Amino acid sequence: MTTLLNVRDLRAYYGQVQALHGLEFELREGSMTTLLGANGAGKTTTLRAICNMIRSTGSIEFEGNKLGSRTTENIVRLGIAHVPQGRGTFTTLTVEENLQLGAITRKDKAAIASDIERMYDHFPVLKQRYLQQAGTLSGGEQQMLAVARALMLRPRLMLLDEPSFGLAPLIVRDLFKILGKINREDKVTILVVEQNAQLALELADKAYVIETGRIVMSGTADEIANNEDVRKSYLGY
Amino acid sequence: MELFTNQVLAGIATGAIYACMALAVVMIYQAIDHLNFAQGEMAMFSTFVAWQLMQWGLPYWVAFVLTLIFSFIGGIVIERLLFKPLAKAPVLTHVAGFIALFAIINSVAGLLWDFTIKQFPSPFGSSPFLGSQLISTHQAGMIFVTLILLVLLFAFFRYTRVGLAMRAAASMPESARLVGINTGWMIALGWGMAAAIGSIAGMLIAPVVFLEPNMMGGVLIYGFAAAVVGGLSSPLGAVVGGFLVGIFENLVGTYIPGVGNELKLPIALALIITVLVVKPNGLFGRAIVKRV
Repeated sequence: MTTLLNVRDLRAYYGQVQALHGLEFELREGSMTTLLGANGAGKTTTLRAICNMIRSTGSIEFEGNKLGSRTTENIVRLGIAHVPQGRGTFTTLTVEENLQLGAITRKDKAAIASDIERMYDHFPVLKQRYLQQAGTLSGGEQQMLAVARALMLRPRLMLLDEPSFGLAPLIVRDLFKILGKINREDKVTILVVEQNAQLALELADKAYVIETGRIVMSGTADEIANNEDVRKSYLGY
Repeated sequence: MELFTNQVLAGIATGAIYACMALAVVMIYQAIDHLNFAQGEMAMFSTFVAWQLMQWGLPYWVAFVLTLIFSFIGGIVIERLLFKPLAKAPVLTHVAGFIALFAIINSVAGLLWDFTIKQFPSPFGSSPFLGSQLISTHQAGMIFVTLILLVLLFAFFRYTRVGLAMRAAASMPESARLVGINTGWMIALGWGMAAAIGSIAGMLIAPVVFLEPNMMGGVLIYGFAAAVVGGLSSPLGAVVGGFLVGIFENLVGTYIPGVGNELKLPIALALIITVLVVKPNGLFGRAIVKRV
């Protein structure tokens, strides 16, 4: 398996404050990787740095392309879909318009239409509500819409920032099941940032643990899940 | 009764112009969250361009289309040169920018074409419309052109991908970038379209108010009033607001003693303040509701 995303010596800044201190990790093509860490460790910042939404230095390579000087929209056009915290839903537009927007950089109209149908298969609740204003959906439905919108890009890599945030446990299970399916069937590489470490580790192949802007541990999801420190700090037993 | 009908119809006709100006104002407001004080001067300059093209012998509709193209490109150029660098600047910087633009365009127009009043032709003539004394063919033309413009704009925003991308960029710029939309160009496009819409308003009102560098001052204030009445976030509201303000202006001028022409402008301002106090989001504006 080849490396899809390679991050070296990533440092990121909010104004004068440095949030990442030389982060290094890589994503294998087709893998599902999770980034674990406490609040404020730099998980969201890492995702934002990949999409050049904050000031950062270091090297990020995606399929051999350096991302450093590209704008957010050009990075997205390379096939990196980012589902941000708060989901990035266009709340005043309809569900279907949100899905259309996910594919706004694509030109293949027929394939877009069939992809929308595919999303309705993945997430039947969206089909029932396709003309509804996205802002009026429930939290879980909005998260599904956000994932569906990201998939409309036909991404090579999907970045998910705390998809379980604010959702009922059963809905989270459903959502992660679908994410696993997307990862296996559509061959989308996924990097997911999660507070719900247990669930993320069940599903992921690989895991990194991040503390105050540095990677402090990495390994397969099983290794990390069985690590005593991780168990105590993140899994709570 | 005939006086009343007459005044209402004439109000709808000038209201059409206010509607166009309000639309232009709302387009830029949606894109950058600021009121473009120079919208009227941009429209005035475009109208002079149309006049100049006709002086050179071009027929009206050719000059009309060329002016639209000129204004569209001009709007984009203004955004790229002046307002793109200001994108993250505070409100007051923007206000200064708009005032500078206002003064520059006004003086350049005066320099190029001087300040004497000029006649501007109407493609619709000024005979009675359908033999009725109530409304002239030019007034009917103003209403007609505005309605066509509305339908085209509605179709553009509702049914085209660029229209959808523009709506997305205006409502949530960060999310728009995350689906790959170049929001900077969407803003520039908004400026281009606003300038073109404004130029239509200028060319339609010029036969009524006559062409000179200060012709749009009053019109723009009514345009602002219309935009505020309709709610600054709603293009449809801007248009309805335009027609309402036009009718209101005429009826007040006719029926309230002592108002006449001199006090019409303060009435527009009073209307703006009243709406802002009583219903700050306007008739069609959305109150921003956030889940917390």
